[in-house]
Amino acid sequence: MSRIARRFEETRASGRAALIPFVTAGDPAPDVTVPLMHDLVDAGADLLELGVPFSDPMADGPVIQLACERALAHGTGLRHVLEMVREFRQTDTDTPVVLMGYLNPVERMGPEVFVNAAAQAGVDGVLMVDLPPEECEDLAGLLERAGIDPIFLVAPTTSAVRLQHVAAAARGFIYYVSLKGVTGSQSLDPAILGARLEAIRAISDLPLGVGFGIRDAATAAAVAQVADAVVVGSAIVRLAEQHPEAHGQFRAAAAAVVREMRTAMDAARTATPAAV
Amino acid sequence: MSEVKEAVDWAAFPDTRGHFGPYGGRFVAETLMGALDELQAIYEKYMQDPEFLAELDTDFRQFVGRPTPLYHAERLSRELGGAQVYLKREDLDHTGAHKVNNTIGQALLAKRLGKTRIIAETGAGQHGVATATVAARLGLECVVYMGAEDIQRQSPNVYRMRLLGADVVAVQSGSRTLKDALNEAMRDWVTNVDNTFYIIGTVAGPHPYPAMVRDFQSVIGREARAQHLEMTGRLPDALVACVGGGSNAIGLFHPFLGDPSVEMIGVEAGGEGIATGRHSAPLCAGQPGVLHGNRTYLMEDDDGQIVATHSISAGLDYPGVGPEHAWLKDLGRATYVSVTDEQALRAFHRMTRTEGIIPALEPSHAIAHVIDIAPRMRPDQSLVINLSGRGDKDLNTIAKLEGIEL
Repeated sequence: MSRIARRFEETRASGRAALIPFVTAGDPAPDVTVPLMHDLVDAGADLLELGVPFSDPMADGPVIQLACERALAHGTGLRHVLEMVREFRQTDTDTPVVLMGYLNPVERMGPEVFVNAAAQAGVDGVLMVDLPPEECEDLAGLLERAGIDPIFLVAPTTSAVRLQHVAAAARGFIYYVSLKGVTGSQSLDPAILGARLEAIRAISDLPLGVGFGIRDAATAAAVAQVADAVVVGSAIVRLAEQHPEAHGQFRAAAAAVVREMRTAMDAARTATPAAV
Repeated sequence: MSEVKEAVDWAAFPDTRGHFGPYGGRFVAETLMGALDELQAIYEKYMQDPEFLAELDTDFRQFVGRPTPLYHAERLSRELGGAQVYLKREDLDHTGAHKVNNTIGQALLAKRLGKTRIIAETGAGQHGVATATVAARLGLECVVYMGAEDIQRQSPNVYRMRLLGADVVAVQSGSRTLKDALNEAMRDWVTNVDNTFYIIGTVAGPHPYPAMVRDFQSVIGREARAQHLEMTGRLPDALVACVGGGSNAIGLFHPFLGDPSVEMIGVEAGGEGIATGRHSAPLCAGQPGVLHGNRTYLMEDDDGQIVATHSISAGLDYPGVGPEHAWLKDLGRATYVSVTDEQALRAFHRMTRTEGIIPALEPSHAIAHVIDIAPRMRPDQSLVINLSGRGDKDLNTIAKLEGIEL
């Protein structure tokens, strides 16, 4: 069983929704990332999403764009990101790590080289934002053979027919993009979200993670009542923007956000399920 | 080479998923996949619809001023002492460049889809002006994304867009040029996909854009082919066009793909020279990768990050290129060369003084290459240059280089 599947079994068994913080690797500086990953786990993260910096992050809002620019200013590329995962794995062998990014750095490294290196480093899942199932047969096959889950997005605009395709290709969990827009957009509506997730559950047994637009503990708690996992990105990355030099302050602030979300999510799940 | 040319059924490309051999495709975030499916369906439907095609043809004649002339540049030909040089006068299109052929077509599709808002990216501003023009005519809201650096160097076009009622948004991210404007337009589209139609200006982007823009621009090559046959009784020996994203080049080339005797040459922006790294010539000096929704040749570093490009002409200052060009290059059906800023400038002045036609800096690259190769050809041979736009927008740039304040 993959680390991702095992982790979702654990969270389901304990009646919790998983919390998945996203950070851009190398932001605000390369040596912050691995200690930050451990901090986030200590603060209550169940899985980690590590953003691979890209020069042209088309699906991201200004917060993640700027994070990419800061990371690239330090020269953080895909090779370094894999090195960070390897280092993280030396002391944490349980927490799944998902790489999230854009296809071109992987193409440049070469898909086979990338997949082998990612497997060796201890990567558990790969989500390429600009790689829909239609174009990913080669990479998805390589990932699966290496024991890495190819993770795909489902959006509010995904038709029923496409949903079948995505569900067939997806492993690990399905990442539901909670709104039409880029990362870090306006807050989502949990009521509409619940109905959408039910439609996906009708055709897939995979856990459902929800991301884009979760900016505070209250929203995270509301989403935790209907989703298997809550992904929070821009709300954490924004803190790196606020503390570009004070790395300790950034790590503490990021951990505090995760801790606050963790507490709110768990409280919401143990309370009588509210109609959301 | 002729073997390759005859073996390919050009009409069968791209395939149903937008692939030109290994290039093209649809590499976008899931949120846009539905909108692209919808666009593909409506594009395929209306390109077969006699009523739509008649409306497009009427707009081409009455609004754009088509057909544009094929002009025999006799004085330049005589000076060069070789092949006869013909100019396809896309500089005479309404708005001053070939871009309007495509914006008219896409705006007619937007109208049929019931979209009320149009967005576009622009580099030199020609596509932005052409988009703002059709939006004004159809009464649609229009937002144009333009790199902050390009806004500086193309200020007359910015003012034209604003006069036409468009909201011109300065893009401050990344290198603040065309590629960043495209990123920003995509972000807008992903957010407003319900009411918004994205008019991409070149033969790049996710399927169906490369095929759709090519089909709207192919009117250039269809006219040029018929005009050359009528004027000389034969086909030209070679076609020469500048290539940034590559829409004017594909528009000229595509109707000639099945004519094996016709050579095709795309001219990329060599900037300060390929060896300096400061250029915009992915076909000459890049490698395949994925950007802006399609697989194609790109300018990138060892880590797969897109690198800053340079060209004196904002319209060619782009790190990618249309996927069909990538494929034509690999097949050997078209060849791609580069011309430096300096060569393009010299060609700009020579065309202006010799023929009384002020070309844009983009097609000045194609002219420069013809100045190089025509003398080595025979006087009974001929070349067609796509004179894709007029030079008014570049007067500030040229004057500044000569130390003149306009």
